[in-house]
Amino acid sequence: MKTINDPEFKKILVCCGTGCQANGSMAVYKALASRLGPDSGIEVSTYTKATGCNGWCEQGPLVKILPDDITYCHVEPKDVEEIIEKTIKQGEVVKKLLYRDPVTKKQVRSHHEIDFYRKQHKIALRHIGEIDPASLDDYLEAGGYQALRKAFTMSPQDILDEIKRSGLRGRGGAGFPTGIKWESCAIQPGTDKYLVCNGDEGDPGAFMDRSIMEGDPHTIIEGMLIASMAIGAHRGFIYVRDEYGLAIINLNLAIRDARAHGYLGMDILERGWAFDIEIVRGGGAFVCGEETALITSIEGNVGEPRDKYVFPTEKGLWGKPTVINNVETWANVPVIIQEGAEKFSSIGTEKSKGTKVFSLVGKVVNTGLVEVPMGTTLREIIYDIGGGILKGRGFKAVQTGGPSGGCIPAELLDLQVDFDSLTSAGSMMGSGGLIVMDEHTCMVEVARYYLNFLAGESCGKCVPCREGISRMLEIVTGICEGRGDSSDLSLLEELGETLQVASSCALGKTAPNPVLSTLRYFREEYESHIREHRCPAGVCRSLTEFYVDPELCNGCGLCVKNCPAGAISGEKKEPHVIEQEICIRCGDCFNRCNFQAVKVK
Amino acid sequence: MAGEASCFQAQIESTIQNYPGEKRYVLAMMQDLQRKCNYLPREGLEEIARHVETPFARVYAMATFYKAFSLVPRGQFHMKVCDGTACHIKSSAVIIDQVYNTLGIKPGETSGDGMFSLETVNCIGACAIAPVVVINDKVYSKVSSSGILEIINALGVNVDEDHQ
Repeated sequence: MKTINDPEFKKILVCCGTGCQANGSMAVYKALASRLGPDSGIEVSTYTKATGCNGWCEQGPLVKILPDDITYCHVEPKDVEEIIEKTIKQGEVVKKLLYRDPVTKKQVRSHHEIDFYRKQHKIALRHIGEIDPASLDDYLEAGGYQALRKAFTMSPQDILDEIKRSGLRGRGGAGFPTGIKWESCAIQPGTDKYLVCNGDEGDPGAFMDRSIMEGDPHTIIEGMLIASMAIGAHRGFIYVRDEYGLAIINLNLAIRDARAHGYLGMDILERGWAFDIEIVRGGGAFVCGEETALITSIEGNVGEPRDKYVFPTEKGLWGKPTVINNVETWANVPVIIQEGAEKFSSIGTEKSKGTKVFSLVGKVVNTGLVEVPMGTTLREIIYDIGGGILKGRGFKAVQTGGPSGGCIPAELLDLQVDFDSLTSAGSMMGSGGLIVMDEHTCMVEVARYYLNFLAGESCGKCVPCREGISRMLEIVTGICEGRGDSSDLSLLEELGETLQVASSCALGKTAPNPVLSTLRYFREEYESHIREHRCPAGVCRSLTEFYVDPELCNGCGLCVKNCPAGAISGEKKEPHVIEQEICIRCGDCFNRCNFQAVKVK
Repeated sequence: MAGEASCFQAQIESTIQNYPGEKRYVLAMMQDLQRKCNYLPREGLEEIARHVETPFARVYAMATFYKAFSLVPRGQFHMKVCDGTACHIKSSAVIIDQVYNTLGIKPGETSGDGMFSLETVNCIGACAIAPVVVINDKVYSKVSSSGILEIINALGVNVDEDHQ
């Protein structure tokens, strides 16, 4: 009988994260699993696993084969037979399924050789894509719950000291030192204390927490268990967005298995320690990512934040001391305990230690999740890992920090990303969304988008946020629709400053950031909208007109075929023409054209 | 199926009775109820208020505060168009317009025949395959302005000619 670690035992890992599932990976998984089942008659011993998100969603569905270390991209059910015949039975590579490096044009066999992965350093995402999230055995085989066993040999103070020395800062956005937060809760008297995992990932454009909850749920449980001993808490809650269906399923499975095997419950690993975790499903309110609002929501109320002159570590859930950490923060904890604070703090910059997971999305070639050491430059992330801008267009800005963050322009591409450098650039780390924008992104419209988002998400409790955001939205919408006035910009700045000073919680205080940062770096774009009634990026519809440059158009017909309004005409191989009366200005042709022949007037 | 008649009092009660009568389970009760009934019927909210012994107004406040809930019946095909940042800069607004041009519904509305309803959501965390549309839990990736029309047609619906 071969064991799972035998080199002849083939492991087939099918990525079943949300991105790959949308591209049909479950059908691939089922086809592989049924063809390789016990009655298949295939002599090679195999083990097919559905894993969490590999982060390289652009190339999905992804199938990895170990120990051969082969990665196949864009796999479809019809490819399964060939994979089995060639790779599983004979150890050969199916060349057409390999990734082709766009620069060298060479086919790449292993994902380890691909730039997208090679420059990453995985801590929080260490297991994702390697293990089956639904299997406790898989987690144990990967070294899971070893940190918990080690923590049982440490005193609570030892654990606190280790976390403090590691320099770990909260990955949810504000970057508060985790060890200090834990300690301020640990010193509170009493035994009624709570731990909360904040999985209410509301920042549009960020999905690292979803990926961890889906792909490695036991890591979160282990991190919370370690903290429970350090702080003296016996109950934990994981607050997850209800939209994250797969994450909820996998977390529930993990909690059930952990209970069944003595990792959660009244007598954990027979050491006399009690801790258990409950899942709370959120209701889709962005403000609930704010910790005091999240607490109110768990208690069964409307999720409104409260003033923080008393921190949750003193009076939190049901008035008891509570530690709230973000998903990614919890995922770092077992590694710090297992490998020691020194190793962790050797990575990163002086004040931001370890790694950070970014969701690299927008107009970039390799979209997906990337984990890099703190201090990596934006250029390395976007160009070396991300492969640059789609269709070779020009980079315009990168948005970080979600609706609380700002847009960083091209001249700051060499900025080393950490908590403090982003804040000084007028943006923030946030939960780690990196949204890349190219020439066809209107910065005024981006500001309008965030204001619109925040106006809908403001809970309405305090006046500066409720009224201020709405007024700013009115002004920016006016600019986008050609009704801008030259006094608007100074008014926006004035309103923004008021919000920063007078709002009650972080949502309102940071709400002006998208406007203020775009005003700081892209003021001329606002001015074109106001003075020339023109949207240079071709996004604001009232101010845009598209035309085809006859010099560049080769008449391929791609735009004609896809135009939803039927506004483009022209013979094959002859320059096409856009009829302005019919054009709905959706920009589909502009985005699609491979020759950049569609222009903005 | 959508509609008032599909959610009987007995179903409402059995859903709510799954939870202890404590305030902290109100959110979970509403989520389950919405799954079962496709929206939150008033009788259901009243039942929740009775079950946890809290004023109806408090339950109603929660149902209207949290975005995930709908107080009107949704369509048989509930379309969630993601308008998170990544989807937005990849032209999700165009998808919303196209749905309106084809079916005549705006976000928050249900088509007259009860077949389609539309909602915009703020990021479903599938940014790498933007822009994304979710219809009854099926995720459609990289939806273009012409792609959404194909999806609607493939759902086997006679598109209302008036809105063509």
